[in-house]
Amino acid sequence: MSIENKNLPLIPKEKFAFAHTGDRISDKKFDDKPIGYFKDAWLRFRKNKASILAAIIIICIVLFAIFTPMLNTRYDSTFMDPYYAKMSPRNVFLSQFGIATGGVERAFNERGYMLSLAIGVGADGYDGNTVAANKSDKKYQPILELKNIRDNKVTNKITYNAVIDTYLEVGFRYIQIEQSKFAEIRAYEEETGLHILFPLVEENDFCADKTNANYWYKADAKLNPVKADGSKIPYSEDMVFEDNYMRDAEGNLVYHVYTGGGDVNTAQYKVRVLYYNYYRYLNGFEPEYIFGTDSQGYDLALRMAIGIRLSLLVAVFVSVINFILGAIYGAIEGYYGGVVDLVMERIAEILSGIPFIIVATLFQIHLAQKAGPIPSLLFAFVVTGWIGTASRVRTQFYRFKNQEYVMAARTLGAKDSRVIWKHIFPNCLGTIITSSVLVIPGVIFSESMLSFLGIVNLGGSKMTSLGTLLSDASSIWTNYPHLMIFPAIIISLLMICFNLFGNGLRDAFNPSLRGVED
Amino acid sequence: MGKLKYVLKRLFLMVFTLFIITTICFMLIRILPQELPQEKNLQEVIKARWEALGYNKPLLVQYGIYLKNIFTQLDFGTSWKISVNRPAFELLLNGLLPTVLVNFYSLLISIPLGICFGIIAAIKKNRWQDHVISTGVMLFVSIPSYVYAFLVQYIFYFKLDWFPQVMYSLADADGSWFSAKMFYSMILPIMALSFGEIAGLCRFTRAELTETLTSDYMLLARTKGLTRAQATTRHALKNAMVPILPMIISSFIGILGGSMIIEKIFSIPGVGQLFVQSIQQLDYDVFMADSIFYTFVGLLAGIVVDISYGFIDPQIRMGEK
Repeated sequence: MSIENKNLPLIPKEKFAFAHTGDRISDKKFDDKPIGYFKDAWLRFRKNKASILAAIIIICIVLFAIFTPMLNTRYDSTFMDPYYAKMSPRNVFLSQFGIATGGVERAFNERGYMLSLAIGVGADGYDGNTVAANKSDKKYQPILELKNIRDNKVTNKITYNAVIDTYLEVGFRYIQIEQSKFAEIRAYEEETGLHILFPLVEENDFCADKTNANYWYKADAKLNPVKADGSKIPYSEDMVFEDNYMRDAEGNLVYHVYTGGGDVNTAQYKVRVLYYNYYRYLNGFEPEYIFGTDSQGYDLALRMAIGIRLSLLVAVFVSVINFILGAIYGAIEGYYGGVVDLVMERIAEILSGIPFIIVATLFQIHLAQKAGPIPSLLFAFVVTGWIGTASRVRTQFYRFKNQEYVMAARTLGAKDSRVIWKHIFPNCLGTIITSSVLVIPGVIFSESMLSFLGIVNLGGSKMTSLGTLLSDASSIWTNYPHLMIFPAIIISLLMICFNLFGNGLRDAFNPSLRGVED
Repeated sequence: MGKLKYVLKRLFLMVFTLFIITTICFMLIRILPQELPQEKNLQEVIKARWEALGYNKPLLVQYGIYLKNIFTQLDFGTSWKISVNRPAFELLLNGLLPTVLVNFYSLLISIPLGICFGIIAAIKKNRWQDHVISTGVMLFVSIPSYVYAFLVQYIFYFKLDWFPQVMYSLADADGSWFSAKMFYSMILPIMALSFGEIAGLCRFTRAELTETLTSDYMLLARTKGLTRAQATTRHALKNAMVPILPMIISSFIGILGGSMIIEKIFSIPGVGQLFVQSIQQLDYDVFMADSIFYTFVGLLAGIVVDISYGFIDPQIRMGEK
């Protein structure tokens, strides 16, 4: 080339011209802002509809747990009424539309069915005048609907399938009150027009059960309603119960008997009350619990809110501790390698070999007495929980520790701690955050399982967990399905949503999936 | 040779881990105060037994005696609460059969169903079949097993009354664990166990198969002229099975442990219920024996999975870093 070039004629200088004579050319500035690691993850997370939905549901559940006790101005979480235990969901407003009526479908035998029917008739006949069952005012009738009557030919038993209002089913109760309170109730009755006090029942041969205030009608020893001459009254829609009320010499109904005590304030009266109205007198509102009540008589909505709080707090706490422990342990393991890694890995391996349930049990046996069940549960979760996080961090460290930029940092004199936390650790953040979120459903499940099995006891008047609620319900739930259904739904929702949310995070933090879905 | 060395190394490590965990458990349990029952005759028996086990000697000596008894006569101690004066090992063995049986039946259903659903979802990826299956899997993997247990009890016992609520006792079912009547009463727990198992297996199969379906050798197989079905069965499925088989093997070992919660709900007299009982009644020797058993099963499942990888796929060289 060079030889040929020599043969070329010289080109005069004037023939050259500048291609560009104007402003200086420089690189264009980016109009957009740079997208960082977390912003990039967020952009991808946002596209995942299922994860967003899951996050919203989680937020709703958390809000429910926080605000239910606050919004309930009528009573606090210690409010309970032993007669109104295991009540079905009931809400006065919603019951107009046929939901949350407080009703539950149940199968009765003939005696039981007539007893329930009689409660409504008795509440109507407060003045001692009994009407036929189908003519009675339905206001306090527990039987909401008779579905069918089955006649079993084999066992010769008749079954009545009916929807019964569990609140009204409580019916009448005998209580002891002071004379002054008696007057107070009378005044309340005048004022509101509600009937609380009902005639007492004569304790004669027709009184089937002296302790049960619901037997106001004449009944034989087998608890069947009878007429005055002792003949049995068969069931029919227009059946008439014959009352067995206590009457004084003039034939007036007796509403109270003196049982002891001296003056106006201490004199004790035995009275018979319709509990539904007595509750209104005591508390000033009708009994209604949107999720029903639990096996002891606490409001199930409040109990669930407390349980969700406990479960979530335990889960988040465990997740944070595991995050920290796992990050430190894994970082040291991965960064130093060699003998340190070998020893630390062996320790982690042995710890991970112990089944969690055994760790939890040992901690409960040893610590629950001294430190309480919740701290010992937390310890048990923490002892083995960090291992997964640590091994993920370790793998990441092995991947990054020999890269050039790390070596450059070290050559420039960065200390080990700076290289670990400033240069390598941020690479693991995505993985650890994801695994920390996915720890939460696992903890919720394990906690509910342990309290369900009775290994951890989280029950109490102020404390409960979702697992404890399920465990309380497990033996009686066939008769009271709501005790099982609501906590089970909440716990399932939490598990599903946290899993979806965690999976969404995992995909969002995974850079290899960038652009795949577009 | 390499294989054998690796297997031996893993086995040695397993025994070592088991030993350490047993030691920790033993120490933690033995330092707890133990109460004598009220009954005089029983007190004498227990005292004599404790004497033989060296209860008044130092802890380490006690542990030595405990280990010696295990190795020489398979004596894991005695139950004093659950079943008075019976060897703990015997209780454990009695519980093993019902646990294994229920879980085995459940696996027999879950494995084919899980793999089939997984294959369908992978082949029909991003079509409606896949969406239906994936949504179902997400639900069934997340919902805790006791919720299914209550659900099947509610539907099949309470509403339809097809099956009994809990498992029959041995006497009620013609005195055999294998009788038809016993199987009939096991159907509900089997169902409750299977949902989660099917979903888990289905998710795993789908993930592995979608990976193999999109790999280069599948393209090559199709270019050679194989139909899609041929290529899928001969190449993709075969390769996807490499990670699936160890998982199935570990499930089979896992059936030894069973599920405590399912055993409690359906009152299956298995090892899980024995464990819960031993905690509630503080029957320490039974608790100890059951703990060793659970740890052993857990460790064994892990090691078998690792080793089986090497045998199934010769490309994976064992013990390499």
